[in-house]
Formats: sequence, structure tokens, C-alpha cells
Amino acid sequence: MIDERVRRIVADHGKLGIDASRLSTDTDLYESGLTSFATVQLMLALEEEFSIEIPDRLLNRRTFQSIGAMSGVVTSLLPATA
Amino acid sequence: MTSEYTSRARALAQQVAAKFAEATDREARFPQETVAALREQRFFGMMVPTDDGGDGARLDDVAAVCVELAQGCASSAMIFAMHNIKLASLISHGQQSPWHRQFMGRIANEQLLLASATTEAGIGGDLRSSVCAVRTDGDNFELAKDATVISYGVHADAILVSARRHPEAPPSDQVLVAVLKNQYRLERISDWDTLGMRGTCSEGHRLTARAPTEQILPKPFAEIAAQSMLSSSHLLWSSVWFGIASDALARAQAFVRAEARKKPGTTPPGALRLAEASAMLQSVRSQIVAGLKRFDEARRDEEDLMSLGFAVAMNNLKVNVSQMVAQIVQHALLICGIQGYRNNTPYSLGRHLRDAQSAALMISNDRILSNTSTMLLAHRHETGLF
Repeated sequence: MIDERVRRIVADHGKLGIDASRLSTDTDLYESGLTSFATVQLMLALEEEFSIEIPDRLLNRRTFQSIGAMSGVVTSLLPATA
Repeated sequence: MTSEYTSRARALAQQVAAKFAEATDREARFPQETVAALREQRFFGMMVPTDDGGDGARLDDVAAVCVELAQGCASSAMIFAMHNIKLASLISHGQQSPWHRQFMGRIANEQLLLASATTEAGIGGDLRSSVCAVRTDGDNFELAKDATVISYGVHADAILVSARRHPEAPPSDQVLVAVLKNQYRLERISDWDTLGMRGTCSEGHRLTARAPTEQILPKPFAEIAAQSMLSSSHLLWSSVWFGIASDALARAQAFVRAEARKKPGTTPPGALRLAEASAMLQSVRSQIVAGLKRFDEARRDEEDLMSLGFAVAMNNLKVNVSQMVAQIVQHALLICGIQGYRNNTPYSLGRHLRDAQSAALMISNDRILSNTSTMLLAHRHETGLF
């Protein structure tokens, strides 16, 4: 579920050279053309979509490396629902 | 360690670089005497790790050498800086690759001079985008690049070239390849007749190369650019510019002293401005020292090295230093007056003034500021002192 919302954000803001629906969750987005400028746009969109704030320590290349990596970060920042 | 490099570089700058600086500038020619002296004194391998046959010097040492050389000849210092920026990329990203390790050994042993081809026609100065692509064919690759700038390309022994990973790769999916003089051909497409930095001979060339695929650096160029290239560029360029400003201020100070000697008991009119420029020079120096320290810390922590905070700090250093250095030289000119405006006086500042203007343009400050402004949408700036 989170993967699919992240995928939509990548499609809308990632400015990749390829179709986001064809990405697997572990495709390296940098190898698919993700630029540092687009990374910042992804970050802003993720924060808005999930009402989270990504802390400075997670603002690095690895966080945005793949759809799966972003989903993992988002999940870790969402309030626990139990 | 630093002081040993500094004293040797200072002597070389005074005895060789300064002597040929004027001819280098006037004729827009390669400073071959200074490069030969650097080679003879084995400066080109200083940063190569000791395991690979070099001195294992730190970036601080290289920065100190750049500062000294720039006080004699800014073009020579910039060539030395650029060589070391490529070397920093090899050292940071070539350790796992046997070919690149033996290449570093050769650089130290044979004192090879490295150049780079990272800008390209049709890209508009964006390092992180390529048109040309590596085309593999068995164990070899071919590459053709219309490089708008290859500084001292015809005088180099090897060139590091950025290109797309393969012919279908998007523009930002790049690799960096090292090609040796006998593996490439250069056809000049533009000359280098400029306002300043005339000795860097930064002509445009069409580069065609064929070489074994093992010469492609294993890491993506995106990482190389972010982790070593941009930061070492900003730090070493800033050191060169500091050297230009420092020599300009030394001339201004000599002028004020001479004035003071002529009229004992009075403070010459230029003295106040000299004090102002000296404060600016101190600020530039502090920023470079802090930047080198920041780099040294980040070097040990890949997370930090790839962080927005580090990139913002390096961008800010470049923009600040390039602007202040131009102001300092301008101040020096006001102090020396017509004696500074004239060529061929001990206080001449024309070359300094022209060389310093390049600082804001070598990767345009406007481009850097716009890049920083994007990063500041994400990065929260540092609020504390330590």
C-alpha cells in the first residue's frame, strides 16, 4: 500500500527517463535518472502525502535510492498503529 | 608535514612560477617551466596513497601547495589543483579496482599529469548530465565526446572523462573513465583566449577514445561527483583564489609601507583600506581552513559525505570565497592606485584582477546558488556553533 503511494509520487515528481509503473521496489532510481534536484521534490511530496517530517539524518542518497527504501523510511516515521 | 610541502612549494613559486607568470599570461601559454619543476620535485604523486607508491599526503597539504603556487602564478596553481581533484576521485573511488590502483602507482612513479573532460556541448555546463555514452564491445569500449573545455588537454598524460553508462542510459546515469594519452585523440574545436587564467589552456576538444572496460571506474559518477569531486574542487579552487588575493594584498601592503616610509609620522591614505582587506582575507582563510576540517570529518563517514548539509557547506564556501577574493583584489588596486593599474611595476595588479574574475564563473555562482536554494528546501541550516 505504502509502496503504491510512493510509486505514484515517483511517477509525479521523479522526472525519470522511464515509466514508473515498470519499476520494481528495489530498482535503483539513480541509475534510472533520478537527479538531486528531483530528490528534493520527492522528499517534499513524501512529507506532504504522509504528513511526516524526514529528519536531517535520513536526508541522504540511500533514503531515496528505491521505492522500497522510501517506503521503509516512511513506515519508520509513521505513528505506530497497534 | 604541511610545513615541509609549504616551504618547498613556496620556493618553487618564487623561483619558477612567479618568474614565468607574466609570459604565461601574456602569451596564454602552458606554464611548462612550473609544471616541469613540479614534476621534478615529485609533487604530482603527493596525494597517491603510500601503498600505491605516493606520499599519502592529505588534501590539506595539497591545498597549502595550491595557495603557495597561486602567489607566483595562478594558472599554474589551478593546473595543480585540477590534477589533484581528478586524483582525489581516483583515490576515493578506485581503491577496489586493480587497474586504477596500478594507474595511481604510475601517476606517482612517472609523475603523470591528469586532466578531465566533464563538460560537453549541448549540456549547458551541467556536470551531472551527459550526451555521449560508453559503447562496449567485448573487453573494450569506445567513446566520443565534444568536450567544450579540456583544461591543458594537449599537455596531459591521461584524461578522466564522464559519459552515460551505455547508449540507452538516461543523461544522469553516468560513469567516469580514465583514458591514457595513447588511447585517445583530441581535435581542437575552440581556443582559449580569455580575460584571465590564460595559462590553463582550457581549449575545447572533440575527444575520441578506445580502451579496455577495466578503465571504467566501478562507482557511479553521481557518487564520485558528490563524494569527492565537487568538494575537492571547491576546496582546492578556493585555495588557489586565496593565493591570488594573498599576493594582491602583499603588494598593497608593500605599497602602503613604502608610502609610510616616505612620510614618517603620518598614516598613508591606503592604510585603512588595507586593514579592511586584511579582515576579508582572514575571513577567506578561516572559511577554507574550516572547509578542509569539515571535509576531513565527512571523509570518514559516507552518510555525512552524501548529506545535503555537507553539500550546502561546500557550495557556500565556493560562493563566499569567490566573491570575497574579487573584492580583496579590488581593494588592493584602490590602495596601489595607478601603480597597481600599470603593468610592469612591483605593485601591478592587472593579472590578479583578471585571474580573480574567473572564480565566480568556474561553475557559475548563480548555478551553485540555485542548486543550494533547492537543497535548502530540505536541509535545515546549522544553528549552533559546534
